[in-house]
Amino acid sequence: MKSQILEKKTLSWIGIIFITVIFLIFKENWGWSTKYPKEFIVPFADWINFSMEKFIDNFGWFFLKISWLLSWPIIAAQLLLHSIPWVVVMFLVTFTAYLSSGLRLALFTFSAIFYMVLIGYWEESMNTLALVLISVPMAIFIGFGLGVWGFFSKRAEKIIMPILDIFQTVPTFAYLLPILLLFGFGTVVGLIASVLYSFPPMVRNTILGLKRVPDHIIESAIMSGANSKQLFWQAMLPSCKKQILLGINQSTMAALSMVIIAAIIGGTADIGWEVLYYIRKAEVGQSLVVGLVIALMAIIIDRITSGFALQSDKDTKGPGFSKNSKKNYLSFAILGSTILFLLARFFVVLDDWPYDLSVWVASHINDLFETFVKAFRTEIKQLKNYTLFFIMLPTKIGLEQAVSPFTWGFPLEMIHKIFYFTSFSALSIWFLKNKKNDIFVFIILLMIFLYFGLTRMPWPPLLLIYSFFAWQIGGYKLALGTFLGLGFIVSVGMWPEAMISVYLCGIAVVFCFIVGTSIGVWAAHNSIVSAIIRPINDTLQTIPLFVILIPFVMLFKIGDFTALLAIIIYAIVPSIRYAEHGIRNLPSEVIDASKMMGSTKMQLLFLVKIPLALPVIMLGLNQTIMYGIAMLVIAALIGTNGLEQIVFIGLTDGNMGKGFIAGISMAIIAMIVDRITKTISERRSEALGLEIK
Amino acid sequence: MKNDLKFSEKIKLSCRNLWKVYGEDPDHYFLNNLHVKKDPAILSKKLSNQGHIVANADVSFNVHVGEIFVIMGLSGSGKSTIVRCLSRLIEPNAGEILLDGENLLEKSEKELIEIRRHKMGMVFQNFGLLPHLTVIENIAFPLKLQGLKEKERLNKAGRVIELVGLNGRENNFIMELSGGQQQRVGIARSLAVEPDVWFLDEPFSALDPLIRKQMQDEFLRIQSVQKKSVVFITHDFQEALRIADRMAIMRDGQIVQIGKPVDLILNPKDNYIKDFTKDVPWESVLQASDIIDKSKKISQTAEEVPFDMPVAKMLPLLSKKTIGVVVVDDDGKRLGMANAQSFVTALATAEN
Repeated sequence: MKSQILEKKTLSWIGIIFITVIFLIFKENWGWSTKYPKEFIVPFADWINFSMEKFIDNFGWFFLKISWLLSWPIIAAQLLLHSIPWVVVMFLVTFTAYLSSGLRLALFTFSAIFYMVLIGYWEESMNTLALVLISVPMAIFIGFGLGVWGFFSKRAEKIIMPILDIFQTVPTFAYLLPILLLFGFGTVVGLIASVLYSFPPMVRNTILGLKRVPDHIIESAIMSGANSKQLFWQAMLPSCKKQILLGINQSTMAALSMVIIAAIIGGTADIGWEVLYYIRKAEVGQSLVVGLVIALMAIIIDRITSGFALQSDKDTKGPGFSKNSKKNYLSFAILGSTILFLLARFFVVLDDWPYDLSVWVASHINDLFETFVKAFRTEIKQLKNYTLFFIMLPTKIGLEQAVSPFTWGFPLEMIHKIFYFTSFSALSIWFLKNKKNDIFVFIILLMIFLYFGLTRMPWPPLLLIYSFFAWQIGGYKLALGTFLGLGFIVSVGMWPEAMISVYLCGIAVVFCFIVGTSIGVWAAHNSIVSAIIRPINDTLQTIPLFVILIPFVMLFKIGDFTALLAIIIYAIVPSIRYAEHGIRNLPSEVIDASKMMGSTKMQLLFLVKIPLALPVIMLGLNQTIMYGIAMLVIAALIGTNGLEQIVFIGLTDGNMGKGFIAGISMAIIAMIVDRITKTISERRSEALGLEIK
Repeated sequence: MKNDLKFSEKIKLSCRNLWKVYGEDPDHYFLNNLHVKKDPAILSKKLSNQGHIVANADVSFNVHVGEIFVIMGLSGSGKSTIVRCLSRLIEPNAGEILLDGENLLEKSEKELIEIRRHKMGMVFQNFGLLPHLTVIENIAFPLKLQGLKEKERLNKAGRVIELVGLNGRENNFIMELSGGQQQRVGIARSLAVEPDVWFLDEPFSALDPLIRKQMQDEFLRIQSVQKKSVVFITHDFQEALRIADRMAIMRDGQIVQIGKPVDLILNPKDNYIKDFTKDVPWESVLQASDIIDKSKKISQTAEEVPFDMPVAKMLPLLSKKTIGVVVVDDDGKRLGMANAQSFVTALATAEN
């Protein structure tokens, strides 16, 4: 414990709070501090639009040629998949599932594919699959190549890594913008976008896998007289097979989700487009039925690819491969397909499922939901209103504006204000007295934020607060990055929208972190809870994002509240996962030692387990934020007002400049938060001398 | 055999017919104790044949007040399981553990916490320290769990920190210390609550040989002051010989032989024990009292040596004085004569 009551750090914070208060007092007089003046906005958007136009005028033909070239393999794949009877595809995929993970997955795959046939969306499903089948090999090829290059050349790694960061943090919609302008409409845009989106995980896993090849394997290979080619292909690559297969798994999942998102620009007759179409028409039942196809497809692809990755670990559930069995499997697959193909010639049902045999469940689902919504109308409305009045509005526009007879039932009067400020100040001073300086600063800032609201705070003090916080966490470099990044957002005039995004995502993240970590801790202590939670998490993580939106739109209609719920349900997953993982994997001796000292269960949890698991829990927070931002982007579909909406509008209007700048702004926020949370986690684990697995 | 006990006859901790079996559902074998009492070896075999893993089978021993009781065994012999059963970190399937005559296995969770807080201390192989706390905070941690005020905690912790010689390191973090120093923290922490019973689970196995020797000396010094009832687990026979008052050797979850180190060496029960004793440097194991030649008359002029002097230290004396030396006990009573010839005779019997 430091003996000084006010260290330098706390003094600086008090200074910053003082500056903030001054800005708040002169808010009315200094209009520029709340509303960045229009004449100072740097017209990046116009410049981008202008140069893009010029670029397309001169080089547009080149990209159109590529587009034309790339459309052939897609058409070929689509033709192929359409000409094969569904029963053959079903057989092949089910058989692959069996080889990957055994009978259970095979059964699941069989029923899932039958479902696709039954509801009459076979054609659309195959169009989506065709796009995935073309884009995945391209992504893997590019990703593997870059990964190997990055492994062997330090300089290459230095160039590649930041590019990957950008590709993975720029919102998915913003990706589509330049591609759309360069390559024109149609499936090719989806293909290119999905390749660009899905190659980064392959690069990361390749580099990671190669780095983790144990020295003794390399040394023994060299001592056995391997030349550099043999060393790579016969020693290093086989020993990092699992990581590479995991890379393929992640790339495939990314490709699928991007193909689905790309449907938003239209021009494709794929399954993503169908879902979107029904969401827009507010036919939620139908969108859920079709959305389920995407979810099933995602789960099957994920389980099959990850099944193969796990098999390389020898901990195999599937039948596995030996040299002989490989030949047998192949002949079985060919034989089976041929027989089924011929059968389909005679029984048309096996090729083309008749329309009148299709099952229509959408209207039943609609009815079901409608009854539910009707029955619980008041409860739903109350939940929505309470959250809005007592949590969302105060954060967004502050208690000063949020408290009114209409919302809280009474107007905000002087007496309330005095009570608010004195109680908060008293609390903060109590913490200061107990030498919890950080909590003191936090409470003062919270008091100010909650009163004035995040979107009504002047930007200069916010910029200062964020940058100084970054400085505390990661030194001047992080602070400078934060300052310049946020400064950019101010200078392009997107600060208000950015704060709306931050507010929506922020509430969701805080909720996810508190509730998710608690659930994770619970699951770490209770194997039944863990067994229930795991498949739910798995499913939430594999389903493409906008399928998650559907049930919430059904219940709560469109708007901020629905978006908030969708973000929460998606972003809570990593908080749960990391907390459970962190608590479960603590060194057992430390736990034993604490038990031996006579700690109660609560003492064990709060004094030992949570402090030790903190680095991992912080990584969970990091991932929760990233997931939250990813979902926020998609939530633009149901009418939010932040940066994500500008991106979305830019996409639909073809206004590249504005949409792209908004996209970059989101990426900047994502990267800053990412660096800050990662640094906290790293510093913690370094101090603890623990390695995060 | 000899009246040279350093510890009292009073039993502190008693482990009776303890069983720990891992597997599907071993408990029903122990529901009626008849099974167990009849023939443990048969039951043990039956259990393992049905796919269970028998970690401890019918283990019984007593630990006296102030005694260092060493449990020695190779890895997988069940020695770590035993010490964890004694402290109920692991729940045994059957048996009794009596601490001051009270059965620990019948205690509620709450009572157990109280017992651990005040009566037991434990040192772990990989230290089990909390990396987010400083040295002094680690040592004071068990006191914090008891709910003592900060001042009192630091006061008490300060006393034990002196005992283990870590003064000046109070505010270091654990990761800044060497392995030996970390284990000193572990020892200090386990003593901070002034326990009666002191468990040490392979405390020095993770340390370098040189440091290990130092720490053994350090341990013996501390124990000579503290006089706890100690259960010390090790896989190192030499270490066991150095520090044990009495020791038990375990194999396949069962105790093969219990006795004083010298008894084990002089009268190994079977070849398994003999294998351990083969490479023992006899001159450092045998004490003056072990090489007494009863047939020799006690000389009045010969030099006196205490009964527990290691023979190694006597060698120069023995080589110079042909008539030998007189061995005396703690009270000065003359036990008998020892000379070079009697040493060789003792060695010869031991080697066989």
